[in-house]
Amino acid sequence: MSNSRLKAAPPTEVVNIVKNRNHGKLAPGEKSLAASPGTWFVWFGIAAFFIFLFGIVLSVLVDSLGKPWFNTWLPENFTLGWYQESWARFDLAHIIGVTLLVAFSVIVISVIIGVPASYVLARSNFPGKKLVMLLFLLPILIPPITFGIPLATVMYNFGLGRTVLAVILVNLVPSVPFVIITMTPFIEQINPSIENAARMCGASMYRVFTKILAPLLIPGILAASILVLVRTVGMFDLTFLVSGPTSDTLVVAIYRAMTSAGGGEARQLISSMGVIYTAMMLLILIIALRFINPTQLVAQVKDSRED
Amino acid sequence: MMTSATNTGSRARGSASLKHRLAERGVDTKLLLLVPAIVFALLLFVYPFAYGIGLTFQPLAATQEQWGGGLFANYVAFFRDAFIFDSVWITLRLALPAALFNVLVSIPIAFKLRSKFRGKRMLQTLLVLPITLGTVLTAQGLLIFAGRQGWLNRFLLENGIIDQPLQLVNNYLGVMLSLIISGFPFAYLLISSYLSGIDPSLEAAAKTLGANWKQRFRRITLPLLAPGLATTFILTFVLAFSVFPSARLVGDASGETRVLALMAYRAFSEQLDYSMASTIAIMMGVVELIVIAFVFLGRSFLYKGSTGGKG
Repeated sequence: MSNSRLKAAPPTEVVNIVKNRNHGKLAPGEKSLAASPGTWFVWFGIAAFFIFLFGIVLSVLVDSLGKPWFNTWLPENFTLGWYQESWARFDLAHIIGVTLLVAFSVIVISVIIGVPASYVLARSNFPGKKLVMLLFLLPILIPPITFGIPLATVMYNFGLGRTVLAVILVNLVPSVPFVIITMTPFIEQINPSIENAARMCGASMYRVFTKILAPLLIPGILAASILVLVRTVGMFDLTFLVSGPTSDTLVVAIYRAMTSAGGGEARQLISSMGVIYTAMMLLILIIALRFINPTQLVAQVKDSRED
Repeated sequence: MMTSATNTGSRARGSASLKHRLAERGVDTKLLLLVPAIVFALLLFVYPFAYGIGLTFQPLAATQEQWGGGLFANYVAFFRDAFIFDSVWITLRLALPAALFNVLVSIPIAFKLRSKFRGKRMLQTLLVLPITLGTVLTAQGLLIFAGRQGWLNRFLLENGIIDQPLQLVNNYLGVMLSLIISGFPFAYLLISSYLSGIDPSLEAAAKTLGANWKQRFRRITLPLLAPGLATTFILTFVLAFSVFPSARLVGDASGETRVLALMAYRAFSEQLDYSMASTIAIMMGVVELIVIAFVFLGRSFLYKGSTGGKG
């Protein structure tokens, strides 16, 4: 192949190919990453992005540790005082407890409701399937505020406003469809003949689910759960509309602290809460990534098509 | 197990045959698994939504008096009240460029980073990092980092690149930056996964036929990638369109970044005008769906079919 291309390729490309041979790792014909204006643009874009990203993370971190930090590169002294203060003042133990309670309840309920539904959507065709798909797609496509405000009004009418139950319920609205949408292609790639074989051998529906499907589904369910967890912990709009002082999740608590009357709380207190939030998210993700691969949902589909 | 909700009471006409016929069309006991999800969606999504639409036709007396229009007073107010209606344009002016930027910049980057190189996994892991930040922390970080006394301005000032500190936060630019920081990694990850779904042998075939990289991109990769790009655009647009906390925190909430979500929330919690709040919220959904419909319409002209990979 490389022979025929050598004939057709313009001279510059020939040089590249020779270079690539020296690099060794690149597939024949792939351009080297060095040189060319396009490459410079790409690396510049990535660099600018990471400057902002690390700038944001580091400045929040330094801010939460510094005392005082005004018109200098770095604060004069470092202290952990802001953490102690914000922990006590905002009752962060309670807030983190609520956040985790909400997140895990949402995961468990949305998996229980969503996985059977995605099994049906993956396996059978029935009249009205498109309508059902649309019903599950809409809560993801429509902005959270659009259904959040009517939903919150209903919640307050039922006297559920500002309760943890309301926070769990509103977070389920995008999470259940999310589990369905991500799990449907995952189930599609599981070979149906395995189930059929089990049925032929006399296994009931229940046994097919517990003995055959469940073990095969575990990686997909875990991956979907992680995504739901990240979405729920980070979900601001919906939680904000129905939560109150005793049912705020961490994001909402930070927002309230930033916008509270009288110019908000001290910036450093908010930064320390922000660092706690990021640390919690990172911890969750690191623990999760030890067990599963988030690209599994996509990658497994790819593998199955290849064989 | 043998009786299903779909065929009870049909015994007189011979249940076996009807059940068989239904099963052939896909209606069987399996569908019962769908029931919890549908009940859930009806209770928590369709019912509140319908209730909200109903609410929009019950305007407050004050709204009716000021804007007239009887039952439709809320809608009259929405279109006539420049303070409210302007926020449609404000929202679109933020969301459309942000989504477009995120998609357009992701394409060359996803292309360049397609091949294997050292540190690729590390780079992709780092790109997931903004997801752990969340909008509120991104806002806080931008305020400190890009503020008047932040590191960014300090660096530029001390190196003599600028004379005056750049005003990067508390305005349109601040919200835009926060939309890019949260939206770009998402767009990049999606596009690179679409790109990996395109069978490389198609491009290799074009290469053997002597097509240069421009021709290969324009004739082979782009047409195959375009539906994926449309989807990515829609998803990043949806994210940017419902921007709310950052519009308040790093934006200029009473001027340049007075987005629809903010207006709806104000009517809801500050003016306690639930019917107006629902009206703004639902019109927000309508505007978004119009944009999505346009993209879908454009997408329907694009290539549909196998991309040779995972599709």
